[in-house]
Amino acid sequence: MTDTATDRREPTLPDGWELVCGLEVHVELSTATKLFCGCPNEFGSEPNTNVCPTCLGLPGSLPVMNADAVTSAMRLGRAINCTVKPSVMARKNYFYPDMPKDFQTSQYDQPTNENGWLDLPDGTRIEVERAHIEEDTGKSTHVGGDGRITSAEYSLIDYNRAGVPLLEIVSQPDIRTAEEAKAYVAELRGIVLALDVSDARMEEGSMRVDANVSVRPIGSDELRTRCEIKNINSLSSLGRAIVHEANRHVDLWTTGERPMQETRHWDEEAGRTRSGRSKEDAEDYRYFPEPDLTPLIPTAADLEAVDVSIPELPSAVRSRLADAAGVAPTEVSVLVDRGQAGFALDTIDAGADPTRVLVHLTNNLADGTGEMDPAAFAALVSMEVGGELSSTQTKEVLADMVVTGRTPDAVASEKGFEAMDTGELDGILDGLIADHPSEWERFCSGDDGDAKKMSGFFTGQIMKATRGQADGKVVAQLLNTRKP
Amino acid sequence: MSKLSRDDVAHVARLAMLELDDAEIDAFTEQLGSVLATADDMAALDLDSVVPAHHPLGLVNVMRPDVVQPSLDRDEVLAQAPAAEDGRFCVPPALGEQ
Amino acid sequence: MSGVASPAAAGSVSDIANAVTNGERSAVSVVDAHLARIDDHEGAVHAFNLVTADAARATAAAIDERLAAGEDVGPLAGVPVAIKDNMCTRGVPTTCSSKILDGWRPPYDATVVERLASAGAIMVGKTNLDEFAMGSSTENSAFGPTHNPWQLDRVPGGSSGGSAAAVAAGFTPLSLGSDTGGSIRQPASLCGVVGVKPTYGAVSRYGLIAFGSSLDQIGPFTTTVADSALTMDVIGGHDPRDATSSTESFGSLVDVLDRGVDGLRVGLISEMTGGVIDGIAEDVLARVRAAAEALEAAGATVGEVSVPSSVYGLPAYYMVAPAEASSNLARFDGVRYGLRVDGPNTAAMHTASRTAGFGPEVKRRIMLGTYALSAGYRDAYYGSAQKVRTLITQDFDRAYADFDVLLAPSSPTTAFELGAKTADPLTMYLNDVCTIPSNLSGQPSMSVPFGVGDDGLPIGVQILAPLMGEPVMFQTAAVLENAQEDAS
Ligand SMILES: [Mg+2]
Ligand SMILES: [Zn+2]
Repeated sequence: MTDTATDRREPTLPDGWELVCGLEVHVELSTATKLFCGCPNEFGSEPNTNVCPTCLGLPGSLPVMNADAVTSAMRLGRAINCTVKPSVMARKNYFYPDMPKDFQTSQYDQPTNENGWLDLPDGTRIEVERAHIEEDTGKSTHVGGDGRITSAEYSLIDYNRAGVPLLEIVSQPDIRTAEEAKAYVAELRGIVLALDVSDARMEEGSMRVDANVSVRPIGSDELRTRCEIKNINSLSSLGRAIVHEANRHVDLWTTGERPMQETRHWDEEAGRTRSGRSKEDAEDYRYFPEPDLTPLIPTAADLEAVDVSIPELPSAVRSRLADAAGVAPTEVSVLVDRGQAGFALDTIDAGADPTRVLVHLTNNLADGTGEMDPAAFAALVSMEVGGELSSTQTKEVLADMVVTGRTPDAVASEKGFEAMDTGELDGILDGLIADHPSEWERFCSGDDGDAKKMSGFFTGQIMKATRGQADGKVVAQLLNTRKP
Repeated sequence: MSKLSRDDVAHVARLAMLELDDAEIDAFTEQLGSVLATADDMAALDLDSVVPAHHPLGLVNVMRPDVVQPSLDRDEVLAQAPAAEDGRFCVPPALGEQ
Repeated sequence: MSGVASPAAAGSVSDIANAVTNGERSAVSVVDAHLARIDDHEGAVHAFNLVTADAARATAAAIDERLAAGEDVGPLAGVPVAIKDNMCTRGVPTTCSSKILDGWRPPYDATVVERLASAGAIMVGKTNLDEFAMGSSTENSAFGPTHNPWQLDRVPGGSSGGSAAAVAAGFTPLSLGSDTGGSIRQPASLCGVVGVKPTYGAVSRYGLIAFGSSLDQIGPFTTTVADSALTMDVIGGHDPRDATSSTESFGSLVDVLDRGVDGLRVGLISEMTGGVIDGIAEDVLARVRAAAEALEAAGATVGEVSVPSSVYGLPAYYMVAPAEASSNLARFDGVRYGLRVDGPNTAAMHTASRTAGFGPEVKRRIMLGTYALSAGYRDAYYGSAQKVRTLITQDFDRAYADFDVLLAPSSPTTAFELGAKTADPLTMYLNDVCTIPSNLSGQPSMSVPFGVGDDGLPIGVQILAPLMGEPVMFQTAAVLENAQEDAS
C-alpha cells in the first residue's frame, strides 16, 4: 500500500535507480461484429473473408458505430473506476498498409473513460489515465528472407482483423517493478474475463501490451526519456522486456549517454529490445473529429445500466476468499486468476480446512477441478486432516475424483486405502528399533541435526514397510511419543 | 501566422506521401501561402468563446445493433487488388532498400 | 462558337415515367432515343467518362418485361439517368475522374444508385467531374474537360460539370451530382438547369466517394423544379448505413409545389447582392433582383438581410474541406485497388502511386489540408474554421427568424471560357463564394434558372432555406420557375 522506493524497487536495477513504467494495454472486445460494420469479429477465419466496403476502407464506404462495443467499453471503464464521459471519435492520420483507410478511427481529446485506477493484489494502486475505443488493424505476414520484417521480400495482408473493436487502457507511469507490471496486466485480464468483454488471450493477440519504460535516480520525480516497447507476447516476456530495457537505460545514463525516445521491439529469442524504424516526420497524427460519426453521450440511464451490469470483480473475490481462509489476499490471487475462487469458497463453506483447500487447489488442481464437486472435495480434505488418508493417498484419490466425480469414500475403499491403526505402526517400529539399535540411539540422544536425520530414516523405513500407506503426520507423532 | 516556407511544403509533402519536384515545391509554396493568407482573415474574428461545429443536425449516439451482415466475396475483393497472393493483398516489404 | 444545348430534348422525368408506366412508350425506346442523342453530341460536350449503353438497354428491356407482367416498377419508370462518377456503381468503373482509381470496379452500389434503380430509373453513364470533385469548372479531370452545351468554348462549371452538361445537352432528363462547396448549384447556374443541394443528412452519402465529409451532399440536376422534387422523394430519407443521415423527414416535395409564396418572407442576402463580396457580375445581380421582384409580384414580401460572417465562408471552407480531404484521400495508397506504381518498399510504393495518380489540384488540396491539421497549426486553421462554421450557422439562424427563404446568386458570373481561370487557383476558388456558406451550415439551397446574362448565357438564382426547409425552398422555386416561363 505504501509507495516508497525501498519496498517498490525493481531488484534487477543497480542501487540508486528506479524504474518508471506505464503500460498501454489493447483489449479486443468480443462483440459479434466489428466496430463500424457488420462483418463477423472472428479469430482464425480464412484470410480476407470477413471484409466489406467499410472495413476495407473502400472509397464511398461509411462507418456506423457498434452499440455493444460502446457498452463493453463503458463497462470495462467503470470496472477500473474510470469516469465515463461524453466522447468523440477522431481520426489518427498516418500511412500504414495494414490500416485500410490510412487513418485509425480512435478517440483523442474526448475518450469514453478517464481517470480510473486499479489495485494490485498487494494493495499497490496503479492509476489509469484513460481507456478509449478504437479500431484494430489488419495483419501482415512477411514473406521471404528469414521471415523477419527487416529482411522480408514482400508482405501479405489479411484484413479480417481490420476494424475489430479495441479498448486501449493507458496507465499512468506508476509501475515500479517488472513484477508490478505483470500483476497489473494479470489483474486487468481478470477484470476483463469477469466482465466477459474479451477472451483476453495474449498469445492470440486479443490482449496486447506495450510498455513505456524509463528510469530515474531514486528520490527524483522527473520523467526521463522513455521508450515504447512493442511485440510483447506473454506476461513473462513483459517482465523480461522491462528489466532489459530499464537496465539498458541505466547503462546509457551512467556512461554519459542518453536513451533516444523511440519505439523498440522485444526480440524474445535474443532477449533484448531492438530499435524500430526511426520515423522522422511520422509522429504528426493530425487528429481531428471523425465527421462520419456522431458524438457518444451516455445518458444517466445508460450509466446506471452499466454499473448494474458489473459483476463481482477479482479484487472483491480475493478479499472474500482471503478472509474465509484467513490468509493474505496475495496468497489467493493465483486461484482467483484461475477462476477457482468460487470452488474454494464453497469447499470452505462445506467445513473443510481452509489451508489444505488452498494447498490442494494451488498445487494439485492447476488444470481444473473436473467432475469433482465442492462437497466431495470437502469430505476428502476432512478425511486427510482426520488421518484417515495419508497425503500421498489423498492425492491419488483426488486425481480419481477429478476424472470420475465419485465420492472420496468410494474411491478410497476401492483402492483399499484403510487408515493404518497406531497399534500396527507400533509393531512395525518395534521391529525397526530391534534391527537398527544404533540409529535409534542417535535419534534419541543425538544433536538436533543428527536426530532429524534419523527421524527421516525411521519415517522412510516405516513408509517402505507400509508401501506408503502410513500417514506422515501420524508417523512423526509416533516417533516423538516413543522418544524417551 | 508565420509565412509558409519551402521546408514546410516539403515536410507536408512527406506527411501526405507525395513527391514534389523543385518547381512544384516553389509553386505550392506560393499558392498555398496565398490561400493561408486569406485564412488568416479569420484571426479578425473573436472566436475564443465559440464552440466549433461538429454536426449540422446535432445528431448524437447514432449506433447500430451488433448483428452480423454478409461480408464481400473474397475473389471479387482481391480481383481489384494491384497484387494478391494466397488469399491476401500483396505489397512490397515494409523496410526494403531505402 | 455555338452550342448543342437543348434541355427539352430529353423530355421531363415525370412525362417519361408516366409514358412508360402507361405503356405509351417502351423503356427500350426511351433509352435508345437518349443514347442516340448522346451519340450525336457527346463528342462535342464530353459529359461522360463512361456511357453504359449495353447495360442501359438490358435494364430497359427488363423493365419493359416487368411492366408487361403488370408489375409496378416505380415512380421513375424508364427514366434515363446520369450519375456523377464519384458515386459507387457495382461492377461499373468509378473513377472520380482520377488516374488513381484506374480500373476500379466497386463491389457495391451507393444508396442513391440503389434507390434510383429500385424506382425504375435506368443509368446510362457516369459523368465527368473535377478530380475528386475539387474544382469549379470540370477542367481538373484526368480525362479532359467537359464543355458547356450552350457555348462549347465555355466551362460547364464544376465540380459536377458532366452531370449538369448531360441535362443541359438533353442527354438525360435527370442526373445526380454532389455538392461540397457549390458543385451542384454553380454548374446548374452555368448550364441553365435546376440543381439542388439538400440539407446535410437528407440524402445518404453511403457510396459517395468522400471529399469533405461534413460538407458533401448528393442532389439532382433536372430541367424542371417538379422533376427535382420527384427525384428527391426517391433518393432522400434515412439510411442506416450513413450515421450522419437524418432520421427526420420533410415529407414529399412533389406535394408542396403548388403552394405558392403568398405571405412568404424572402430575404436578399445583402453581402452577396450589394458589393460587400467583390466580383459578382452586374448582370447576375440584376437577375437576382428580378427574381425577388417576381416573388414579390406573386405575393411574397421581400427585404434585405445581413449574414455578416458569410464573408468568412471562403477561408473557412478552404481549411475544412481540404483538411477532411487530406484524410479521406489517404486510402489511395496502391494497396487494395486502383493504381499502383511499384517501389522498393511500401512507403516508396505509396508515394510513387499517389504522386503519379493525383492531379495538381488534388495534390494542392491534400497539401493544404495536411498543413491545416498539422502540429502547431491545427487550432489556428482547422480549429478556427470549424468555429467560423458555428458563427455562420448562428447568422443564418438569425436571418431565418425574420425570413422564410433567402436569395443570392448561385455563381458570381455566367460560364467563363475554358482555361480562363486555371492559372491561379485562388481565382477559381472565388467561384464558390455564394454557395459555400450553406455547405458550412448544412442548410439546403438550390439553383433555379432565371434568365440569361449580357452574353446570352444562363444565370441561376440561389434559394436558401433553414435546415430541413426543403418544402419552402421548393415551393419558392416552383413560383420562380413559373415567373421565368411567363417572362420568356
Ligand atoms: Mg492505440
Ligand atoms: Zn466489414
